[in-house]
Amino acid sequence: MTLQAMSGPASADTPLHLPASEEEAAAIIAEARAARTTLSVEGGGTKGALGRPVRAAARLSSRALIGVTLYEPAELVIGAKAGTPLSEIEEILAEKGQRLAFEPADYRALLGSSGEPTIGAVAAANLSGPRRIMAGAARDALIGVRFVNGLGDIVKNGGRVMKNVTGLDLVKLMAGSYGTLGFLTEVTFKVLPKPEVSATLVYPGLDDSRAIEALSEALGSPYEVTGAAHLPVGDGRQSAQTLIRIEGFKPSVAYRLGELRRLLADFGEPAEARGESLWRGVRDAAPMASLADRAVWRISTAPGQAAALASAIRGAITGRHSFDWGGGLIWLAVEADAAATRVVREAVREHGGHATLIRAPEALRQSVDVFEPLSEPLMRLQKRVKTSFDPDGIFNPGRMYASI
Amino acid sequence: MSIAFPQPDQSILARRDAILAGLAAILPEDALITSEDERRVFDTDALTAYRRMPLAVVLPRTTEEVSAVMRFLHGEGVNIIARGAGTSLAGGAIPQEDAVVIGVARLNQMLEANFADRTARVQAGITNLAISQAVSHAGFFYAPDPSSQLACTIAGNIAMNSGGAHCLKYGVTTNNLLGVTMVLVDGEVVEIGGAHLDSPGYDLLGLITGSEGQLGIVTEATVRILRAAEGARPALIGFDSAEAAGACVAAIIAAGILPVALEYMDKPAIHVCEAFAKAGYPLDVEAMLIVEVEGSEEEIADALARIVAIAEDFSPRTLRVAQSEAEAAAIWKGRKSAFGATGRVADYICMDGTIPTGQLPFVLRRIDEIVKSYDLRVANVFHAGDGNLHPLVMFDSAKPGDMEKAEHAGEDILRLCVEVGGCLTGEHGVGIEKRDLMTHQYAPADLAQQMRVRAAFDPGWLLNPAKVFPLEGRVAA
Repeated sequence: MTLQAMSGPASADTPLHLPASEEEAAAIIAEARAARTTLSVEGGGTKGALGRPVRAAARLSSRALIGVTLYEPAELVIGAKAGTPLSEIEEILAEKGQRLAFEPADYRALLGSSGEPTIGAVAAANLSGPRRIMAGAARDALIGVRFVNGLGDIVKNGGRVMKNVTGLDLVKLMAGSYGTLGFLTEVTFKVLPKPEVSATLVYPGLDDSRAIEALSEALGSPYEVTGAAHLPVGDGRQSAQTLIRIEGFKPSVAYRLGELRRLLADFGEPAEARGESLWRGVRDAAPMASLADRAVWRISTAPGQAAALASAIRGAITGRHSFDWGGGLIWLAVEADAAATRVVREAVREHGGHATLIRAPEALRQSVDVFEPLSEPLMRLQKRVKTSFDPDGIFNPGRMYASI
Repeated sequence: MSIAFPQPDQSILARRDAILAGLAAILPEDALITSEDERRVFDTDALTAYRRMPLAVVLPRTTEEVSAVMRFLHGEGVNIIARGAGTSLAGGAIPQEDAVVIGVARLNQMLEANFADRTARVQAGITNLAISQAVSHAGFFYAPDPSSQLACTIAGNIAMNSGGAHCLKYGVTTNNLLGVTMVLVDGEVVEIGGAHLDSPGYDLLGLITGSEGQLGIVTEATVRILRAAEGARPALIGFDSAEAAGACVAAIIAAGILPVALEYMDKPAIHVCEAFAKAGYPLDVEAMLIVEVEGSEEEIADALARIVAIAEDFSPRTLRVAQSEAEAAAIWKGRKSAFGATGRVADYICMDGTIPTGQLPFVLRRIDEIVKSYDLRVANVFHAGDGNLHPLVMFDSAKPGDMEKAEHAGEDILRLCVEVGGCLTGEHGVGIEKRDLMTHQYAPADLAQQMRVRAAFDPGWLLNPAKVFPLEGRVAA
């Protein structure tokens, strides 16, 4: 089936659908399918610049699908319509001393966007922050979804309980699918108590390899580190900082900080920081956001490979980098061109893992892979999965890969 | 015997000799099992009331052998049943007459442990416990701990997304799996994920976890290993009512405490387990919680003091903190032997629904009514922190019709779980056992979407075909 040809990228002139109910969304999608036209799917539109550019006949936003549908603090679960602002969810949880443990990132500064990120987009982009190493990713906390597939059918999967192996786990597929499989209408997340105290040890002056060694030691200890990052010199820092976060009840945090200092004595004398502002910067890749003309990459790799991987890239091209997830996540800001892209892809192939081009000018995102290229058999499976949800390719054509 | 099996494909049965010859040509002699006596070992799993003799059984030692077998069987249009250790309580590994069983038990090697990266690469037939044993010298362990962990394989854990008593803190299989080598139905070998976190594109790793052998056969896996806590200690708290126990669980969680385990046993379960394990369980209470916390000595004492203070508000009849390793072990022995201990006093079927924990008192009352209406008895043990119930419906297999009554009671209980907002299965899987109840939890469009995804991997429905989805109304890619 050929889709109606589009003249240019979705813009302010593109018609915008704002369904206020799931049924309305299903009708819009069924109509688009019948008319063989495409839809660009969004929440608050703050991450529109992430992914390959989408050309679609109309925009479909969840912004009018708002409201918390379920919150049971004692059951550690919250459900909301997909367009509910993330900030609203976080406020409601905070009132009961709880939070989304995966620490959803805010990419507005990085992507230069404004508006309200939605809870649906947190699921659709599988947005996880520093605590991912300990508490799991957004995809791990997401326990239920409702969505409209490309046939216009309303589909539910998962539910409101944490343990559920009833049938195929389509929740995982929806997490990180960037609106290419269906239009999310409602999401349900597992939440966790907010700890009494958060404290961070800050080790100065370590090089990348030593820093990752320190982080691995800490993460391999029994002290339940909930954040492990390394910020090299640059971005206004005269000395590198290696950050190790502990959270919990006061006596426990005090004890664990002491034990970690002893365990990591060879790595120097740390300073101690309280609170979360330091970690918000790590979470949102703040050091990269300020380099406005650079392309920003997010690379997931085995921590043991991270220093060598970063060094391979930095040996070939100039830029800035930092580490999260004990080294397993590398943030990188480099030239926004095809040559730098090749260097990054080559280094990741060599050391293992996957790289996502989080920020780049539209022309570059149009011409190179934004997500890690896949092996031929895996790409074939991805296409078949896409077809099983959206046989006519209505949703976000080409957003993740040119062919799906 | 109320669960239906599909009629065997006579054309496959008629070609048995040729199919066996084809398998013999691609496998070492000892990897192919054809005699009736030897095949019988594989004719059921832990749902022993149902048995089917498979066409043949193969026990490969390499991914390449699995691939060659699947390529051949795919070409011949023969059904394939994947099997780990055969411990499924849901009948997930029960064969059918026109199918070849591919068992991964001989793929049982630990390939690599990387303590700095906190990962282990294993062959998929390794047992769950063997992973922990292989890394325990460095103080590490593999977190999901299903009760069958001594026998069950990581392949089976991935197929069923297995949990365990400690998943309130550490998560279930899907939260602890980083990568797999998987053989697709046509023999193609794919690598999904790796030693890093998350994978590019759609989350196929999340999809295949819990897919019950219907999307492919996993031959190797990379799992997260964790450093064990410095120590752990359980406390026993007994209550006069299920309501008080349920309210205590809610209050503990509301106070911001997340115990590593939070287990519930009702009076019949307490009595059965105490008789077996001599754990010192209180016999005069209606409900009992086992609450375990982890950390250093001081941290454990602090956390237990907080929990005890909370529990005092619910007039506990018994409140006892384990004072020694031996006492802690006895407390867990009682809980972990609940199934075996029940098996000594009666035949039983073990249900596995999950409910929102706020519905606990209501659901327990209704379970009691349901089971009584069938003139049967029930013992309840479950993971209270996450609402995963394990009602053990007891019956007498010598009494005609008693097992069928138990099955009906079990089905009523699972429908109840769905009605209060829960689900049919929390950690055992659908298998054949709950297949025909799927329409109770999912609308036709929900099931059709799942079946289209399934068919995207296995268009011919050759992989474990009689499981999970109702036999009627199946959807192609």
